[in-house]
Amino acid sequence: MPNPLIQMKNQNLYNYILTIADNSLILAQRLGELCGHGPSLETDIALTNISLDLLGQTRSYYQYAAKISEENKSEDDIALLRIEREYRNCLLVEQPNTHFGYVIGRQFLFDFYHFMLMEKLQNSPDEILSAIAKKGIKEVSYHKRFSSDWVKRLGDGTEESNKKMQEAINDLWRFTDELFYMTDAEKEMSKEGIGIEVSSFKEKYYKEVSEVLKESALTVPENKYFTKGGKEGVHSEHMGYILAELQYMQRTYPNMEW
Amino acid sequence: MTLTEKPNIQKDLIPVLKTVSDPEIPVLSVLALGVIREAIEANGIVKIKLTPTYSGCPAMDVISDDLKKAFSEIGKKVEVELVLSPAWSTDWISEEGLQKMEEYGIARPLSESHDKDVLLGEKKLVKCPQCGSTNTHLVSQFGSTACKALFKCDDCHEPFDYFKCLK
Repeated sequence: MPNPLIQMKNQNLYNYILTIADNSLILAQRLGELCGHGPSLETDIALTNISLDLLGQTRSYYQYAAKISEENKSEDDIALLRIEREYRNCLLVEQPNTHFGYVIGRQFLFDFYHFMLMEKLQNSPDEILSAIAKKGIKEVSYHKRFSSDWVKRLGDGTEESNKKMQEAINDLWRFTDELFYMTDAEKEMSKEGIGIEVSSFKEKYYKEVSEVLKESALTVPENKYFTKGGKEGVHSEHMGYILAELQYMQRTYPNMEW
Repeated sequence: MTLTEKPNIQKDLIPVLKTVSDPEIPVLSVLALGVIREAIEANGIVKIKLTPTYSGCPAMDVISDDLKKAFSEIGKKVEVELVLSPAWSTDWISEEGLQKMEEYGIARPLSESHDKDVLLGEKKLVKCPQCGSTNTHLVSQFGSTACKALFKCDDCHEPFDYFKCLK
């Protein structure tokens, strides 16, 4: 008979892996939408490169989740066959590519968080999570450099680029607090010493992000209204459209393979 | 099981491994690239541990298929396992591999601190693989593949790829 305590621990680990992995999957999908549509060849290539890095990290996480899943799920099942409420990504990453300022703003606000998370996760006693983070952090440091360079270039650029960058930061700011919201799986895994207490680097996050914004001639939003829900599966209106596109092939031709 | 930085490769498997190359940089064998971390034959099956250069590197699937094909030609079965730790580093590319890469038109990775300087546009250190000048500048931190950045030579005006340092 399976030990219910071990089962519970596995379920928490499974959910914990998805909490991290789904952010990368959905952001990779958003960036993938820009393939062939970037504002210049170089930014197009850069954004799809970042998308590919994130997708690669997602695959490593899902492969791990598939291995410990009790229902014998595959990596593809996890990525493509869940319903909206089962995706654990934060609201920030599902926000649309409204204009280049939003693409950069979303990336910038996520990259700083992502980097700090990887910094901690690479020391997790869980060997697989630690290996993915050690590999991932090298890639994320590039993403972070790319997005903060662009925030500076646009913020400290022309009147128009400053206006658009500020608009994006103002709009996306309300999704930042959720990054530090802890789900039950996160609380449990952090209690086990395996997961990361994300709230522990919240202050550092806002400090570093604000420094870049100031350096970029941008105003740090003072808005105290924050919204959350994605990490608990309650997504914004954009999520359904993302999933419709992401899941189309598997839903239309079940079990198809490349 | 932990893998040390030095790969564990059975000597008699080397000739076959040398025939399999990175699909993005065909002059570079998987051995020279340093992505083969272990290759051992046991009970008639060649077991290979492969590590990706970047997490999303699409070449991994192709390399894995090519390894199977190369060994099947000499009647051997292959099992490929993808390992992530320790993470691949550009230090694992062999000197011969670096030379071939340069001849192919890709500038070799600089040391970690120099790499940072050039990617931040602070110093001109990347050597143009066409004319050898270091009067070059960064066009984009992201190039044709995840592992490369795009540069341009200010002397011969040729654009070229630079293999980013990864440590």
